[in-house]
Amino acid sequence: MKYLCLIYDNEKEWQKFPKDVQDKYMGEYMAFGDSIKKSGQYVGANQLQPSSTATVVRARNGKVSTTDGPYAETKEQLGGYYLIEAKDLNDAIQVASRIPSARSGSIEVRPIVERASA
Amino acid sequence: MEEDVAAHVRDKVDAIYRSESRRVLATLIRLLGDFDLAEEGLHDAFTAAVEQWGEKGIPANPRTWLISTGRFKAIDRLRRSEKFESADSAILDRLLATEMHEQSEEGVEDDRLRLIFTCCHPALSPDAQIALTLREVCGLTTEEVAHAFLTPAPTLAQRIVRAKGKIRDARIPYEIPSRPDLPERLDSVLHVIYLVFNEGYLASSGASLTRADLSSEAIRLGKLLMELLPEPEAMGLLALMLLHEARRRSRTTPSGEMILLEDQDRSLWDRRQIEEGVELVERALSSHRFGPYTLQAAIAAVHAEASSPSATDWAQIVGLYDVLLRAEPSPVIELNRAAAIAMRDGPEAGLALIDAILVRGDLVDYHLAHAARGDLCRRLGRVQEAISAYRRALELATQEPERRFLSRRLDELRLTSPR
Repeated sequence: MKYLCLIYDNEKEWQKFPKDVQDKYMGEYMAFGDSIKKSGQYVGANQLQPSSTATVVRARNGKVSTTDGPYAETKEQLGGYYLIEAKDLNDAIQVASRIPSARSGSIEVRPIVERASA
Repeated sequence: MEEDVAAHVRDKVDAIYRSESRRVLATLIRLLGDFDLAEEGLHDAFTAAVEQWGEKGIPANPRTWLISTGRFKAIDRLRRSEKFESADSAILDRLLATEMHEQSEEGVEDDRLRLIFTCCHPALSPDAQIALTLREVCGLTTEEVAHAFLTPAPTLAQRIVRAKGKIRDARIPYEIPSRPDLPERLDSVLHVIYLVFNEGYLASSGASLTRADLSSEAIRLGKLLMELLPEPEAMGLLALMLLHEARRRSRTTPSGEMILLEDQDRSLWDRRQIEEGVELVERALSSHRFGPYTLQAAIAAVHAEASSPSATDWAQIVGLYDVLLRAEPSPVIELNRAAAIAMRDGPEAGLALIDAILVRGDLVDYHLAHAARGDLCRRLGRVQEAISAYRRALELATQEPERRFLSRRLDELRLTSPR
C-alpha cells in the first residue's frame, strides 16, 4: 500500500540556518532517501520551492480566480513529500518518523486510494 | 417440555454471549480483516446457536463453534451481497485461502490484545479510541457509551463509523506492537483506560458525582490488560483504580453530596480492594520500570493505609509527588504536591506554592486550584480571601455536587464574617 508523507516545517527557520547546518540537514535527507531506496519503500519524492512561490487557483461557476498562497500565517509550511510503499500504517509511521524534519516539524501520513484497475 | 429446553438453551447462549462474545469478535476481526463484517458474523453465529443448539445440543467447545460459524456466515454474506465489488471479492479470496485452524487458548488471548491495541491506536482521536474500546472490547452498546459520556447517540455512532473507516482505509494493522513500539503504544492503551475510569470516578459534568458503571468497566479493562500483558505500568494503573474505587462508598452521602478525603468514614473503605491495590503497587515498584501511574497509585496507597487523616504519612506523600513531578512535570501535579506540603508544613507553605503556580498563569481557569487556595486561606483565618477564592472556584465548576459543596463552604464562611 502506498502512503504520501507530507513534510511540514518552518521554512523561515530553515532559511536562517547557516550554510553548514543546511548542508548537514541535506546530508541527513540524502541518507534517509538512500535507506528507503535500499529497503524498496521509495516510490517518489520532491522538495518544494518556498511557500512564497505558491499560487492558489479556484474555479467557480466557470470563473477562475487566482490568488497568492494562503500559508503566510501558519507556522509550518509544506516543504516537500515522499511517496512510499509500506505494509500498513505502523510501517508507514516507522518510515515517516525517520524523515529528518520529523524532529523539527511534522509529517502528515496519508494513505493513497488504490484503484482496482491499477 | 420443549419450551423448557428452548429456554434452557437461550439462557446458556446468553451466558456464553456474556463470557465469550468479545473473544469471538476479536478472533473474527483477525480472520475477516474487517470490523463490520466480524460484527455481523458474530451476530449471525449467535442467532444460529439459538436455532441449532436446541436440536443438536450445545457443542463441546462453543467458542470454536461460534468462531467457525461466524466466519462461514460472513463468507456467505459476502457471496450474497448485491454489490459484489472487487474489494469484496479480494477479501473473499483471502478468506477462502486461509485455513481455519483450531484456536489455541494463547491465540485467542493474542487476538484480544490485538483488538485492544487497534482500538487504542494513537492514529485515532482520543474520543474515538475511548468510544471504540468501550464498544468493541467491552461490548457496550452505542447507546450505553453515548449515555455514559453525555453525547448524543448519532454523534457517537458517527465517531465509531469514522474510526472504523480510518482503520480500514489507512490500514491500521491488527497486531500487537513490536517491542520498540510497545512503550508508546501501551501508554495510549493505559490512557484510554484511565480516561474511562476518571469519567466514572469523577464525572466531568452532570447531576451525579460518579458513574459506577464506567469505573467498573475501566477496572475490568485494566484487569484484562494485566492478564494479557503484565507490564509494571499496567499494574500501576490497575492499582490506582482499585485504590480509588475502594473509597467509593465513603465519597458521597446517600443524597449524593461529596465528602472530602479528610471527612470520609474510613470504615466504609473496601479493605479487599485496598489490599489488592497495595500488593500491585509493591509489585510494580519492585520492577524498577514503573512510571507515573505507579507513582500515583503509591500515593493513593499511603492514603488508603492511614487509619485517620492525622495518621497520614505526609512526608512520604510529598516525596512521591517530588518523584512524580520529575517523571511527568505538570501544573496539576504541582498543585497536588502543594496541598501535601500544606499538610506537612502548614497552610502557609502550601499557599505560597499555589500562588506561585497561579501567578505564572497556569491553572487560573481550573476550579480545584481556587478551591484549594480557598481552603488554605480558610484554615489561616483569612476569611475574605477564602471567600473570593471559593467564589472563583464556583464560577468555574460545572459539576452539580461540587458546586453544592463550594456553595456550602461559602455560606459557612459568610456566617463567620458577618458584614
